[in-house]
Amino acid sequence: MAGELADSSSRKKEALFANREEFARIVPLLRERGYAVIGPTIEQGAIVYAPIDSVEQLPIGWTDRQEAGMYRLERRADDAWFGYVVGPFSWKQYLFPPHTKMSESLLTAEGWEFRAVEDDAPMYAFLGVRACDLAALAIQDRVFMNGPYVDPVYEKRRRRALTIAVNCTQAAPTCFCASMGTGPHCRYGFDIAVTELSDGFLLEVGSERGEEIVSGLATSAATELQMAEAHQRRARAVAQITRKLDTHDIRNVLLSQLEHPRWQHVAERCLSCANCTMVCPTCFCCSVEEVADLAETRVERHRSWDSCFNWNFSYMNGGIVRQDIRARYRQWLTHKLASWIDQFGVSGCVGCGRCITWCPVGIDLTEEVAVIRGEAT
Amino acid sequence: MSTAACAGVRPDSAHPWVATPATIVRIDQEVPGVATYYLELCDEKARSDYRFQPGQFNMLYLPGAGEIAISVSGDPAAAGPYAHTIRRAGNVTGSLWQLKVGDKLGIRGPFGSGWPLGECQGRDVVLVAGGIGLAPLRPVIYSLSKWENELGRRVLLCGARSPETLLYHSQYLQWIEAGWQVETTVDRASPDWNGHVGAVTLLLERLRSVDASRAVLFCCGPEVMMKFSAMVALRRGWSADRIWISMERNMQCAVGWCGHCQWGPAFICRDGPVFRYDRIAPFLDVPGL
Ligand SMILES: Cc1cc2nc3c(=O)[nH]c(=O)nc-3n(C[C@H](O)[C@H](O)[C@H](O)COP(=O)(O)OP(=O)(O)OC[C@H]3O[C@@H](n4cnc5c(N)ncnc54)[C@H](O)[C@@H]3O)c2cc1C
Ligand code: SF4
Ligand code: SF4
Ligand code: FES
Repeated sequence: MAGELADSSSRKKEALFANREEFARIVPLLRERGYAVIGPTIEQGAIVYAPIDSVEQLPIGWTDRQEAGMYRLERRADDAWFGYVVGPFSWKQYLFPPHTKMSESLLTAEGWEFRAVEDDAPMYAFLGVRACDLAALAIQDRVFMNGPYVDPVYEKRRRRALTIAVNCTQAAPTCFCASMGTGPHCRYGFDIAVTELSDGFLLEVGSERGEEIVSGLATSAATELQMAEAHQRRARAVAQITRKLDTHDIRNVLLSQLEHPRWQHVAERCLSCANCTMVCPTCFCCSVEEVADLAETRVERHRSWDSCFNWNFSYMNGGIVRQDIRARYRQWLTHKLASWIDQFGVSGCVGCGRCITWCPVGIDLTEEVAVIRGEAT
Repeated sequence: MSTAACAGVRPDSAHPWVATPATIVRIDQEVPGVATYYLELCDEKARSDYRFQPGQFNMLYLPGAGEIAISVSGDPAAAGPYAHTIRRAGNVTGSLWQLKVGDKLGIRGPFGSGWPLGECQGRDVVLVAGGIGLAPLRPVIYSLSKWENELGRRVLLCGARSPETLLYHSQYLQWIEAGWQVETTVDRASPDWNGHVGAVTLLLERLRSVDASRAVLFCCGPEVMMKFSAMVALRRGWSADRIWISMERNMQCAVGWCGHCQWGPAFICRDGPVFRYDRIAPFLDVPGL
């Protein structure tokens, strides 16, 4: 069923066990099958998702400490491979890349000729997708594939990609996936889901493609004890989630509070740096730029990530619609948590906490919402 | 907000972001700084498939300069070429100004929601246009001019900066003959002008020939003008669900992906540009949305 998105929800979950040595073989196994494996690895003091060719590149023995406006890597007491939460990257880097050549125009004797640029991205295998990120993938699917128009770049990459989810066994103080109903347990949308145990990995197969990969590893049926350990480790993540966002009637709450004084309050702290939109796994705003050769006979159109925090994002008729940071932050938050529901039928927030961690001044959307709701001051 | 049905048929393109070539077959200078470009799709199949609804727009692409949203301003029943009435504004429209008949550009569309002509059935219809805002309304005039008995009164209220910027004025007589009551007003009169002076909302204020309680209002122009027109109409007894306006924001994709055209809960490219007033009224009052 290549080309089909994993529908793991409909499959019966028979857990398998692979020891570390055996599970390590999954990377070469995937590479043999033509996948470019993207997994967590340490770069410039953060755990990012990047091409890997061996499990040795995983952040073995490292963890991330996160708070509002703070991220730090620390040594773990053990040698866990997936003992961290989420970093500044999300999988959108690969499905909706920061820069894409979309089309090109050639000036011929008959005038301009327009054509699409064939996307030459590899077939990806994503290793280490968290539950919140599975939800984010499903949200971007709605944006780029499930409307009246289909984005060919996203669609091709997404349909070919293999998703190996890794259940969280710990959570950061910035996580609030439980409030958003997205995590921490991976329940759908994966080809394989993994829970890391002390001496190996519990594997759940979510699709035929996943099955084919897992069948290449030496596994055994998971024992009761292993299942209990996995359960207990996942429960630890659940217990560690303390941050909350009350989503009750949130669309109407926010869209009826467009003149709330809190927007001004947050505007006085927000730098309009756009970090929050760059790290957010669901933000999709972009701009198109013309790139011409010197003779102007060949012109490419490049699509790049943009942000509603950029001052000229709302440029129109010689002026800027959202002139101040108040208007821009309001746009971001109301889009994410309210108008997204009108547009795509789901919230645009999965509760991953990245925007809280990577905001240089530590602005926390859960706190802003609570104030706007009148629950805090 | 529900996704508006894309009633028009768009040129066949596997990639929603790739334009189809079109040739400029005629250019009419309208008023200073405004010209109508008649575009013919080069591909025969695209040409025969192309249909648009009054109020829909195309994305016009000039390689090297960029892409802009422009309403189709011609008769939806005609087989093409397709009229686009364009005001010279900045970069892309400035480059367009350099083009001549026979030159080619790219086109994508049609996009967006159109004016709901079905709502006009058996009712009085008032069109309120400010400046270039008449361009997206002209297809309505063409269409409703052909209706016979199904319609009440047809009124066009037109505002412009000055008498020489009244768009399409050479067609007014034709429209009057087709049954339209055409009223004009200007912000700044010239010595030989003996018509109305002031905002187009004044014309709406004074309009007595229609039954407001059953009339339909389509309005396009600057945002403040549309807001005040709607206020006047409500005061005159219009029902909020029989007022439609056409909104505008920066647009880069026209298909709900780039995020630029967002306005409150809507993508203007996808859910608009034509909105029913009662559905968006609260957002019109919020500055900087
Ligand atoms: C649905 C819709 C229908 C329109 N119909 C018409 C029409 O029939 N006739 C007409 O003259 N104009 C129309 N406009 C406005 C027209 O799109 C702008 O005047 C045009 O984009 C200005 O481009 P520019 O490059 O010359 O100006 P610049 O000021 O150099 O603008 C640079 C870029 O910003 C964006 N931009 C700037 N202003 C607007 C704007 N008002 N709307 C959308 N994007 C903008 C465009 O990408 C533009 O290329 C319409 C706009 C919308 C949204
Ligand atoms: S808004 Fe913040 S918490 Fe929500 S998905 Fe985006 S980055 Fe994660
Ligand atoms: S909320 Fe924080 S991360 Fe987002 S733009 Fe403002 S300062 Fe930057
Ligand atoms: S123009 Fe891109 S989302 Fe509407």
